[in-house]
Amino acid sequence: MNETIRAAWVIGRRDFTAVVLSKAFLMFLLGPLFPLGAGILFGSLGESIADDIGGDVVGISIPAEEAQALIQTRTRLATVLGDRRYPELRQLQPDEGTPKQVLEAAKALDDGSKGKLAAVLSGSFDQPVLTATSAEAEDIGPELALLISQARSGTDRLQPIRLDPVDSSAGGEQRAQLLTGQAGQALLFLLVMLLAGMVLSNLVEEKSNKIIEILAAAVPIDSVFIGKLLAMLAMAIVGIMVWGAAGMAALQIWGPGLPNLPVPAVGWPLFMLLGVLYFAMAYLILGSLFLGIGAMASTVREVQTLSMPVTMLQMFVFGFAFYTVSKIGQPIEIVACIVPFTSPFAMLARAAQVPEIWPHFVALLGQGLFALLVVRISAMMFRRNVMKSGGSGGGLKALFGRRKTA
Amino acid sequence: MGPYAIEARGLIKRFGGTTAVDGVDLRVPEGSITGMLGPNGAGKTTLLRMLLGIIDPDEGSRTLLGSEKPLKRAHEVGYLPEERGLYQSMKAVETIAFMGALRHLPLEEGRKRGRVLMEEAGLGHAIDKKIRELSKGMAQTVQLLGTIVHRPRLIVLDEPFSGLDAINQGKLERLIRDQAEAGATVIFSTHVIAHAERLCENVAIVAGGKVRFDGSVEAARDRLRPQVHLETSALDGPWCAALPPGTQREGHWWHFTLPDGGPEPLLNALIEGKAGIRSLSIERPGLHDAFVSIAGEAAAAEMERAQAEGAKP
Repeated sequence: MNETIRAAWVIGRRDFTAVVLSKAFLMFLLGPLFPLGAGILFGSLGESIADDIGGDVVGISIPAEEAQALIQTRTRLATVLGDRRYPELRQLQPDEGTPKQVLEAAKALDDGSKGKLAAVLSGSFDQPVLTATSAEAEDIGPELALLISQARSGTDRLQPIRLDPVDSSAGGEQRAQLLTGQAGQALLFLLVMLLAGMVLSNLVEEKSNKIIEILAAAVPIDSVFIGKLLAMLAMAIVGIMVWGAAGMAALQIWGPGLPNLPVPAVGWPLFMLLGVLYFAMAYLILGSLFLGIGAMASTVREVQTLSMPVTMLQMFVFGFAFYTVSKIGQPIEIVACIVPFTSPFAMLARAAQVPEIWPHFVALLGQGLFALLVVRISAMMFRRNVMKSGGSGGGLKALFGRRKTA
Repeated sequence: MGPYAIEARGLIKRFGGTTAVDGVDLRVPEGSITGMLGPNGAGKTTLLRMLLGIIDPDEGSRTLLGSEKPLKRAHEVGYLPEERGLYQSMKAVETIAFMGALRHLPLEEGRKRGRVLMEEAGLGHAIDKKIRELSKGMAQTVQLLGTIVHRPRLIVLDEPFSGLDAINQGKLERLIRDQAEAGATVIFSTHVIAHAERLCENVAIVAGGKVRFDGSVEAARDRLRPQVHLETSALDGPWCAALPPGTQREGHWWHFTLPDGGPEPLLNALIEGKAGIRSLSIERPGLHDAFVSIAGEAAAAEMERAQAEGAKP
């Protein structure tokens, strides 16, 4: 075992130095900026597109007095609840024709104007008629009904409510902690996927470089795998430290302007520690699995083919863990905490919502043992498939027994 | 610890339906230079990989530096694989130090020794260059230096001469001799008989996955009788009866294997019978002849073909 650790250290040290001093590491540090930038870009694009399209417009062809009351009510409510909450209203002139004719004419019109006519309200407050498609009617109908009721009641303003503030509430805190859990899971997933891919390409490079033969002749294959995994983990932790420092600096600069972040159930310091530990475990499990794939494949193309299902499986795993965030204590959430692949994600979400600490010790131990098992299986497959070694004996004996001759 | 650096008994390795190594017994004396001769596909690389513990045999056992678990002795072994490979973005001296560190040499000591070795090899100017900046021959030398930086007791070189020009081949031969003089055991595989003939005390001739001969070069050569080439002015006479069976004649030339009794009785008969000796040479068979005799014509032809291909620019 000592030799395995020593050799893993030698290999890990080389890989760590090689990666940290490479341009790829700079890309790794900048990596999170890309999804962030893409999010901001597509968010603003979406907003711009929504602005261009505009909201629904409903033509109103009802008695003039009622039409005015309805438009005023709509304006008043939109001021308080948001402009997009209610459809825009446009009073139609009597000579514009029947509602159906108006809608047909609007369809033919192509003047590039925003907010095309989606429906026409006719009749009166007592007997309103909505001319629209079923889908539009389902969407707009209740909102119009609410506006008509409000306009008929003649209440001119909303009842003001005096605020008696408290620091937190059970409902609000639960919601906030749930959000913290989900955010933690998403971050964990993003990091793990990024790193596992790097480990895989690292091993493939090693095979194409033909260095693996030198390593295999000098040290146990297990230590090659462990060294590579730990090097990438160390690199990721350096990355996290850099991002953390940047985040702290951002807090110092813009801190007062930022909203208060919801405090996780176990508290911020422990939550962050658990975050790092669960990240390490999730990465070790997935990374060793990817190493196993690298072990089975002989070419880069084979690696791509084989890693696709695992990536899809990982998406499923993440989806499953994400689903259980709001199901704390239910059987499905407990299953997610036990299954090694979902466990790091589910347990992190749990740390955000449940103050109990002891389950984390059990989970970390289980995840660590499972990661070790996957490394062992991967190394065994590597010996068999790549180094063309290993006899016909297999199963548990091959996994846990000491090698007879080497 | 016995007198052998490597001992193999009944090693068998199969890949699918093919038996790459078929019941090999082999002994490599400590402190010797041993050449493993055989054509491509003879099983040399597979055998070396099994001896080093990179792969396990399907059957049989091996002892490397006294241990049945070769990886336990990895720190005392230097190995240059047939397929060369180095980290392209690593500096030459760091590469040597890393290869030493894999085999228990402290990194700083590896750097120190690496610098000295590179200076001695005439690569002082390339110490801090990255591998990708070196020529193929220089990179190969760096890998070789990484193989010996930790001063191993056993050096295993798989086709070390392939890809090297004549000058570098000469340097490599010198390095192998130096390592042996320093007390290391060296075993290398090759399909170029001349290298083995110049360097080795022992050879293992491998063909068809089997070791056909394992012993000293002298013993291999001694398996064949010397060849006599005789030119006479006379073409017939009573002296012809003294020529051994199987003698071949080409004009005035006679070619035959030296009889058991040695050259004297034959010479007496030739002189007394007035054969008119114009020329007489007795040629001791070389390792190539021994190889042909042991491994067969087909294996020898394959070796020559591989050698010719290796010599192509």
